[in-house]
Amino acid sequence: MSETVDAAEDLTPAVDGERLHISGLLVGFVSGLPQLVFPMVAAIFGVRKADNPVLIPIVIAVVLLFSLFFRWLAWLRFQYFVGEHDIRVEKGILNRTARSIPYARIQDVSIEQKPLARMMGLGEVKFETGGGDGDDAKLSFVTLAEANRLRTLIRSRKAGVVVAAPADAPAPVEEDAHPIFAMDGKRVFVFGLYSFSLVIFAVLGGLAQQFDFLLPFDFWDVKHWIGLAEERGVSVSQINGVGLFAQLILAFGAISSLIFIGFATGVVRTILREHGFRLDQTAKGFRRRRGLFTLTDVIMPTHRVQAAIVQTGPFRKRRGWHGLKFVSLAQDSKQEANYVAAPFATLDEVWRIAHAAAIAAPDGDERLQKGVATYWLTQLLFIAPVLLTAIAALVIFADAPIGRATLLLLLLLLSGALFWLDWRQYRFGLDDHQLYLRRGWWRQQMTIAPQVKVQSVEIAQGPLSRRLGLASLRFGIAGGTMEMIALPLATAVAIRDAVMEKVAAVDYSAIRS
Amino acid sequence: MTDNIATELTPLDPAFVTTTRIATAIGLLPFVIGAGVLEVAQVTPPGSFIVPMLLFYVFVAFIVPARKYRHWGYDMSPDRLRIVRGYMFYRDTIVPFGRIQHIDVDQGPIDRRYGLATLTVHTAGNHNSKVALPGLANADALAMREAIRAAIRQDSL
Repeated sequence: MSETVDAAEDLTPAVDGERLHISGLLVGFVSGLPQLVFPMVAAIFGVRKADNPVLIPIVIAVVLLFSLFFRWLAWLRFQYFVGEHDIRVEKGILNRTARSIPYARIQDVSIEQKPLARMMGLGEVKFETGGGDGDDAKLSFVTLAEANRLRTLIRSRKAGVVVAAPADAPAPVEEDAHPIFAMDGKRVFVFGLYSFSLVIFAVLGGLAQQFDFLLPFDFWDVKHWIGLAEERGVSVSQINGVGLFAQLILAFGAISSLIFIGFATGVVRTILREHGFRLDQTAKGFRRRRGLFTLTDVIMPTHRVQAAIVQTGPFRKRRGWHGLKFVSLAQDSKQEANYVAAPFATLDEVWRIAHAAAIAAPDGDERLQKGVATYWLTQLLFIAPVLLTAIAALVIFADAPIGRATLLLLLLLLSGALFWLDWRQYRFGLDDHQLYLRRGWWRQQMTIAPQVKVQSVEIAQGPLSRRLGLASLRFGIAGGTMEMIALPLATAVAIRDAVMEKVAAVDYSAIRS
Repeated sequence: MTDNIATELTPLDPAFVTTTRIATAIGLLPFVIGAGVLEVAQVTPPGSFIVPMLLFYVFVAFIVPARKYRHWGYDMSPDRLRIVRGYMFYRDTIVPFGRIQHIDVDQGPIDRRYGLATLTVHTAGNHNSKVALPGLANADALAMREAIRAAIRQDSL
């Protein structure tokens, strides 16, 4: 855990700390510009009454200088110390904060290079301790050489080896060997095709809503768009008049352009994120590098891996594509809680990487059991009376024709189908070392956890499952969850006892997270 | 099934019934006062609100705590802590000492008067990161904390 001590003058070590790289000031300034738009707009509105156009550039310059000045002050007051047992960060212009992060508590060190920083040879170093807030400590920005030096230093200090690495030492070359997994351009492109996404429309819609005061027309006014079309000689009656065949062609064109945009978005987003994906297995753990403009470089120590998640979708499964993630206390990124070890790989590749993390493939489906179907059936029985009441209410109070009201029963059929799919896909099981859980018919997900990594076990029964003699089994996993459902109580107790035998017997000090 | 499991469990301190009664009675008091105000203001037909409210109050504050108490139990073994609770929503949790990150012993004002305490163990897991065992005699809670701490230290050596 990191500790925060306010205004701690006496904490300052006698040794001089190190400063961030001064060019980082510029990078921070430029990437912070969008935040300055609102103060600027406010300032411009403020001086508008003065009716003096010369004031506006002056106001802009003042705002910019102000921001730069405070960034410079913050830079001046920011120091970090690489100590014997911990790394210390002291910051704050008026309120001084000294944070100490013991090496032993650092879960992973990541280096991120956004485009501008990359052009200037700078990187942002983040230390993740897994405690509470994600933003444990961040050095933005230092030179890439310094970033690599820090990382090597922290790794070796953690391992108890003290290496005096000079600041100007070149980045360590430790991963010249073949990567354990890499994706070439073609693989990334194919992955993109499977990442169909219409998110662009949501983004555009959101932007239009945010900034509609800037648009000279009402974005959501359909009549306006129709009018616009009519100005160009297209009218609704014309479209109605072109005949069914032409209408079909128009509709087809609209739908296919939508599909094209969806695929294109998927491909572009995927290439931006996954370009040059490379996973190495180093002495310190897994090292992953990826990104087209923003480069990230994250190391995950092998012994921190708590569980593996193998994921696939209904379409990509047909071509044998799967993804692999590792569960741990550290967070991969803002969007992703788990460490993405291989986003798009064949099962052979997935198991090879998992094996490197001491997680084995299940030795066949037959070991895994199905859930008790009664569990899903009772859920269906709960929905039925609700629907029947709704139908009765529609007929009695809303005068709906009985035939049309019974269409609601289709909902029952639909949920029945969904429950059936869920039941068919769901599997649980264990062998001598690991726990297995498979769930999800659309996004299919298999979680594999070594039994010795289990933190706690809970058997839970609701009022209904108690009658049916069923139970759920919840495993506490550091950084993740695992819940087996629809087990006969006796099976749940047997699994719990088996796992607890493993956990209590093991010398956990070696694997404590 | 639950009943014969329950026999091997250690029950909580009987004072737990009293403390839960007091806590629930105080917690629900605003609702009773509200119902009383409605009654006095004669907004609703006489007794239509206050009578069911009082019955509910007596049930929740006096009968439920005793039932709750009967369904709580724990078991300290040399290497793990087991906590069983609930009837409608039954939970049976085991935390191995080796997985405990830290241990809390809390005492609220009511607990303190009756010499009770709550023992909470924290694990790194996302499910059950916190497992609480209320209604222990304070001395027992402290003794359990020491026992768990000793077990952890011994294991990590």
